[in-house]
Amino acid sequence: MLEKLTTPRTGGLLVLAVIIVLLPLFLPNNYYYDVAIKIGINAIVVVGLNLLVGYAGQISLGHGGFFGLGAYTSGVLTVYYGWSSILALLAGVVLVGVISFVIARPILRLSGHYLAMATLGLGIIISIIITNEDWLTGGPDGMYVEPFTLFGWELYGEQTWYWVIGVLLVISVWLALNIIDSPAGRALRAVHGSEVAAQVVGVDTTGYKVLLFVVSAVFASLMGSLFAHYSGFISPVQAGFFHSIELVTMVVLGGMASTFGAVIGAVILTLLPQLLSGFEDFEMVIFGLILMLTLIFMPKGLVPTLSALFKDRRGRKP
Amino acid sequence: MFAEFLQYLFSGVTIGSTYALVGLGFAIIYNASHVINFAQGEFVMIGGMGTVFLLNVGVPLPLAIVCAVVLAVLAGLALEKFAVEPSKQADVVTLIIITIGASIFLRGLVQVFWGKEFFALPPFSGNDPIHLGGATILPQSLWVLGVTLVIVGTLAWFFKYTLLGKAILATACNADAAKLMGINTQFILFFSFGLSALLGAVAGIIIAPITLTSYDIGIMLGLKGFVAAVLGGLGSAVGAIVGGLLLGIIEAMAAGYISSDYKDAVPFVIILLILFFLPSGLFGVRGTERV
Repeated sequence: MLEKLTTPRTGGLLVLAVIIVLLPLFLPNNYYYDVAIKIGINAIVVVGLNLLVGYAGQISLGHGGFFGLGAYTSGVLTVYYGWSSILALLAGVVLVGVISFVIARPILRLSGHYLAMATLGLGIIISIIITNEDWLTGGPDGMYVEPFTLFGWELYGEQTWYWVIGVLLVISVWLALNIIDSPAGRALRAVHGSEVAAQVVGVDTTGYKVLLFVVSAVFASLMGSLFAHYSGFISPVQAGFFHSIELVTMVVLGGMASTFGAVIGAVILTLLPQLLSGFEDFEMVIFGLILMLTLIFMPKGLVPTLSALFKDRRGRKP
Repeated sequence: MFAEFLQYLFSGVTIGSTYALVGLGFAIIYNASHVINFAQGEFVMIGGMGTVFLLNVGVPLPLAIVCAVVLAVLAGLALEKFAVEPSKQADVVTLIIITIGASIFLRGLVQVFWGKEFFALPPFSGNDPIHLGGATILPQSLWVLGVTLVIVGTLAWFFKYTLLGKAILATACNADAAKLMGINTQFILFFSFGLSALLGAVAGIIIAPITLTSYDIGIMLGLKGFVAAVLGGLGSAVGAIVGGLLLGIIEAMAAGYISSDYKDAVPFVIILLILFFLPSGLFGVRGTERV
């Protein structure tokens, strides 16, 4: 029992849950809750994206587009067409799932960074459409979205949303860890190690990569929908290229192929702009510098580098 | 009718020349390291913004241009020396993110010191349009075409007849074999960053009188240059030039005949089509990878 708790997997999940439960004690007002919720939303998207980057060895430069597509599907369907929140959310999931499958199926047969280019193109097309079709989306000015309602119960206020996102974060980390340890996950790690070797032993490498891509895109769409209802206002920024870059950066900074690294990456990169906002004009300079320096000195990302350091220290003891 | 077409063609070729130069920069760095350098667009921006800034403090135009190009080249060399070289062991994905960090950093610096406004560079030789077949060409367009031609010609000569040029091609072809032949591949990578910064900066300067320049102009120009490089087959120099011109022309035609709102989407629709139907681009090598 104790042994099981100290494995990184169960132990990590437990630590995450404890942190989420205890965190409100240190959150003095709704502004802090708001930051915590945004961290949680980013973390869930990044945990999904990390499956693709860390285990299929592919990068997506268009996850902001999927996030935005989810957000706007929810917004448009609930506000203009009177759909229920949950149905609109599912519609977003189906839409993003289909689009990501159609894109990924032919492109992931190729090796190399073609998926990065395709998702880059797709993400920018999505954001341009959202910006231009202002009769539906409000264009660059954005649009207002009503709160999430489920069976007549309205989800409202930072403190309620905190718990919803917190529970979802634990579930998604658990899900990601399980996907990694499932036969599919093992096959995927083989793909990352040597794709050809994996193919030779009969792994449908393309199929698994497509699966991961679709799963990660759906994570982004779901969070986009929830974000739209939570914040009550969405704009093309959410679907923009910079948002996509931010998400990939969170994965790489935290540590590729490390689910908890993904969470840490999301925490740091969501907090950083808040901390840097005092620097005003220098915000971008410092942000870029931190990003570069971290990766130059820790190319594997924060969590894998630090945990290797930790293990090394422990190993050296007599 | 024909005049309209001619007009779109001229503006397409003009803007396409810039894409071609930026795309060439992508191709050169990609060949030397397989890194997609997302800071490429910032070199374009430094070229344009640097010239504007120097001009405003009283430096004459030709000198301002030279200094801005040197500044961009220094930025490119510094990027290689201090960011890419120390991370040689890192994953390509990590390197790509490092170049993204560098581009945010450079954009931030320019925004702090030179401001967030849009700036116009005066045309190099007057603003009287030239009439040709019912369409008009700005004298600056001729500058863009002329400079691009000279640069492409010089590069062709450089790669064909100089030892350094040949060494770059050899490194692109097979880095390990090149190293065994005594080529300093490390230096080749360093040089490649400088060269592609130079190409980017020149593109940024010659187009600035037509499209204006600002601290964030590099994002879109960089991405479109990247599309040009992919369109031609990433890593192929001829491909990047043809890809850039083609992209500029298609974009101008789409803006004129279909919708100017969706002008910026055109390159990205093209990239999806290329990846679906012609993944190695127009001029890419259709090689098989050995295990």
